[in-house]
Order: sequence, then structure tokens, then C-alpha cells
Amino acid sequence: MTTAIVNISLKAGVLDSQGKAVHHALDSLHFKGVEDVRVGKQIILKLATDDKTTAMAEVEKMCEEILANTVIEDYKIELI
Amino acid sequence: MKVTILQFPGTNCEYDTEHAFKELGADTQIVWHKAETLPSDTDLLVVAGGFSYGDYLRSGAIARFSPVMKAVTEYANAGGKVLGICNGFQVLTEAGLLPGALKRNDGLHFISKHHSLKVENNDNIFLKKLNNGDVVNIPIAHHDGNYFIDSDGLKELHDNNQVLLTYSDEKGNIQNPNGSVDSIAGICNKEKNVFGLMPHPERAMELILGSDHGIKMLEGFLESC
Repeated sequence: MTTAIVNISLKAGVLDSQGKAVHHALDSLHFKGVEDVRVGKQIILKLATDDKTTAMAEVEKMCEEILANTVIEDYKIELI
Repeated sequence: MKVTILQFPGTNCEYDTEHAFKELGADTQIVWHKAETLPSDTDLLVVAGGFSYGDYLRSGAIARFSPVMKAVTEYANAGGKVLGICNGFQVLTEAGLLPGALKRNDGLHFISKHHSLKVENNDNIFLKKLNNGDVVNIPIAHHDGNYFIDSDGLKELHDNNQVLLTYSDEKGNIQNPNGSVDSIAGICNKEKNVFGLMPHPERAMELILGSDHGIKMLEGFLESC
């Protein structure tokens, strides 16, 4: 079995309103030195295959088709 | 004229939409998302508003893979007229039938109120009963209405007169409630047969409800079919 961890976030250059709000909140709590905050989402998939190459190809296809909206989002896949 | 209205799990504007078109004298039919074909006499297909699949993953992202969407894509590609309102607009962008995407509102709040909209381009069947520069008062009710498109895509929209409506004040000056690029509230595709907007014209059909400006918008379709 392979576990795939997919992290999805808004592309650089696309304003992340939630990240901005969290940044403001951190500021008001006096956490200094935070330069930028991006909020994303994580999707964890358990796949039947043990083959990492197959798993990667399959998850990439899932990201392109449904998990991410590539007009506004980037995704990163980690396999364990 | 026959208006077919799509219903997904979580759609909640199908009956308002049906009422609006019936008031205008159209025949209507609500079609469940599991249908694999559309009624063959469909003159206009409406993807109604609501929260299809609870907005899980992204608004419209899961509805886009419902069985009926294959028929919708074929219908649109063959030149059939399609209107997506609110969640319907989100579904159409997710399906790639309209360019761009709808993000979370900049202020992060769900916004529900009447808003003025300025008519940007009326050279299409949807807005032909209005004049460019006209200001209409139509309710908005959305959390993810922040329209985004990259700069190349934006240029193309403007070059082809695909921007239909922008958020404005009562005089037509830009007033942007949700952070949309260029204050865009509605667009169409290049071929001008697929239309999408976040505001709800079907909720602005009677003065007693605050505005009847939706009539002139939806009437455009009736005169074209």
C-alpha cells in the first residue's frame, strides 16, 4: 500500500485572502517576523499499489482532473 | 420555449428559477443530475444556484462530474444555450465551459444583499434587452464569488466582449464586493452561447421582492428561442 499526501494551495500571484486574514491575526497576537502566510488544504489518499511510479502517475492525474483547479491552484504530491 | 433546469444534490434555486421562467411564459422542466441525456426540445439549459455537493473540495468541483454534465458539454459544444447562475457559474467554470475560476470572497464573508451591476456588453442574447452602461439591481448571495482569470485570459475576455456585467454602485461606478478581477460579475464564452454570473436574476422578478430587473435579463433568452 502507498499513502499519497497531496498539498493544494493557491498559486503564487493569486491573492490568498484566508492567508492574509491569518497573517493579520498573528500580527495582532504579537507574533512578529511572519513575512507571508498561505492557507491550503491537504488530501491523504491510501492506494492499493506498492509501486511508487504507478501511484505518482495516478495521483497526478487525479490532481489535474479534480483534486486541484489548476487555473488557481498548485499541488504537491508526497508518497510514503 | 422549453427551459431545462439542472438539479444536483444541494441545488436550492431550481424552483425559483422555474417560477421565474414560468412567469415569463416558458415551459420548464427540472432534470436530476443522474440523467444521461437532456430533453431533446431544450431551448435553454439553466444550471441553477445552490450548494451542489455541499461545496465540498471546491464549489462546483464535484457536480462537474455528474452524469448529466457530459450531455451538458455536448449540448453547449453544439451551440446550445446554457446559463449558469451562482453555483451554476462555478460548475461551468469547473467544467471548462467558461474560462477562469471563482475563489473565496476577499473579505471571507458570505455576502447576501442586493447589488448594482453595470451592463458591459449587450451584444449577446442574454443582455440584448438592456443597453451598455445600464445599471440593474440584482441580489447576490455567495461565499465563493471572487472571479479570477490570468492577465492573458482577461485581455481575451475584454477583446471579445465577453464581460457581461460588473459590480458597481447605483451610478455605474466600480464597487467591488468580493475582490473579483476587474469587478467582474458575469461572463460568456467566446461563441456567446454559454453564460455565467454570480448574481441571481431569478430573484429579481417582482417589485415586491425589491427589484424586477431580472425580467429584462431573462427575457432576452425567450426572444431568442
